Amino acid sequence: MTDTPTQGKAPLLHVEDIHSYYGNIHALHGISLDVFEGEIVTLIGSNGAGKSTTIRTISGIMHPRQGAIYLDGAPIHNLPAHTLVAHGIAQSPEGRRIFPRLSVIDNLQMGAFLRRDKAEIQRDIENVYALFPRLKERHRQFAGTLSGGEQQMLAMGRAMMARPRLLLLDEPSMGLAPVLVDQIFEIIKRINTEQGTTILLVEQNALMALEIAARGYVLQSGSIVLSDTGAALLENDMVRKVYLGEVG
Amino acid sequence: MDPQLEAFLRQVLVGLSIGCYLALIALGYTMVYGIVELINFAHGDLFTFGFFISLTIWGLFDVPTPLEGAWILALPAIAIVVILLSGGLNVVIERVAYRPLRGASKLAPLITAVGMSFMLEAIFAYIWGANQINYPRFIPTTNFLNDFSRIIRFTPRDILLFGVTIPAMIGLTLFIDRTRLGKAMRAAAQDREAAAMMGINVNRIIAITFFIGGGLAGVAGMVYGLYTGSGRFIMGFEFGLFAFTAAVLGGIGNIRGAVLGAFIIGMVQAMSDLYIGGEWSRVIIFSLLILMLVFRPSGILGSTTSVEKV
Repeated sequence: MTDTPTQGKAPLLHVEDIHSYYGNIHALHGISLDVFEGEIVTLIGSNGAGKSTTIRTISGIMHPRQGAIYLDGAPIHNLPAHTLVAHGIAQSPEGRRIFPRLSVIDNLQMGAFLRRDKAEIQRDIENVYALFPRLKERHRQFAGTLSGGEQQMLAMGRAMMARPRLLLLDEPSMGLAPVLVDQIFEIIKRINTEQGTTILLVEQNALMALEIAARGYVLQSGSIVLSDTGAALLENDMVRKVYLGEVG
Repeated sequence: MDPQLEAFLRQVLVGLSIGCYLALIALGYTMVYGIVELINFAHGDLFTFGFFISLTIWGLFDVPTPLEGAWILALPAIAIVVILLSGGLNVVIERVAYRPLRGASKLAPLITAVGMSFMLEAIFAYIWGANQINYPRFIPTTNFLNDFSRIIRFTPRDILLFGVTIPAMIGLTLFIDRTRLGKAMRAAAQDREAAAMMGINVNRIIAITFFIGGGLAGVAGMVYGLYTGSGRFIMGFEFGLFAFTAAVLGGIGNIRGAVLGAFIIGMVQAMSDLYIGGEWSRVIIFSLLILMLVFRPSGILGSTTSVEKV
């Protein structure tokens, strides 16, 4: 692993050797990773490698049978999912999971469910609209009537409404037209630089993810096989062959 | 006035009044289904509970019949106590009987609900007796329409019935449509896991749903007692089935659908009582249920592609 500018500081998120199961199926075989304040870290890997399981375990939807997860040094791996928002973790989950029969604006308000600062919530809604003008045009519509790309924007906007310290993005580019994919990644970068939000990004689109990430982890069959800076991983032969689809 | 028209108009009012308390029961049915996908067969028994517990509370005081003077204020006061008690009972039922089965197959809580219904009915029969019980005639039955017609009846009891049930329906709809908690209930009904990701405590939302549903059924039972003047430990079973039919008719899980379904059932019952014969009313109502389940299982207001929820 090459040196990174974040070494020496304590990580915001520290995942230590977690093992997660679906029933008897051993899905994660001891994942360890760190995310430092202000970073974009990406988790790449093919279908079924355990990327979403890692996100689900970090966000408390699943609990690891072994290992530990720390946020700012405090253990969070046994906390129920709904308490993690208050600790500063929000996510745009795989498959978007927006509330289809709530309006766009109500979806955004649900993202701010635990917040009571009405004026600030309103300001953040305007911020989300500034980032995703399409959502503003459709703010009264049922979210289920939005296109796939708009639903992805809504899922990300909804997660931002919690003002998270750590934003988990699970496959934000999945199923989107290429032009939209570029746009989504552009916005992920803006969320990170303009709002200072730390982001853990899970992606199948390894090229795009590594281009915007400070660091990356490569996941294979529930284990981390490689980790380095985004730039270094882009140059890595194995990554180029397996995940960037280069022949030779 | 033409006596046939008078009889028809009378039955319209009867149908509306049946629709009113059926709607209060159906709302709880449909809300609970919307969020936990459980047909709560014990729900109708909360209606019976409201009837009996209000009777017991009235019995604690020396209340004049009919109510007069300040005693009229006892009505809303006791209604609130009944809502708290029946809502609380429903929360306890959910906690002990349904929540432990949350992860189990859907059949397990369903059968538990049927068992819970039998249990409640047995307890009611034990405490309050198995006979038809009279409810004091606290509300007079003077017909406001006497000068106009002796057949069409509109009495202080109707004012009570409509005055309690219609604001309750409107209030609930506004609560679910507009408030933060109501939106959280809808969110949890649409995607429980995603709701948890928003920081919504889904267990608490489910408890609140059972509380509201139980409270509405309980106050409906009290109003029913004041309206009809009698009831029996087993009546929640039949009202529950009617309310269930109403919920399915409107589209199970759909709030407005439950109200619409309840008024349709009320009207069908009132009209079949008049034109076909009261003994056929149940047959007609449950035939309607079967036809609906066969030809449009998502209900009148339910979407055809997926089951509409809260």
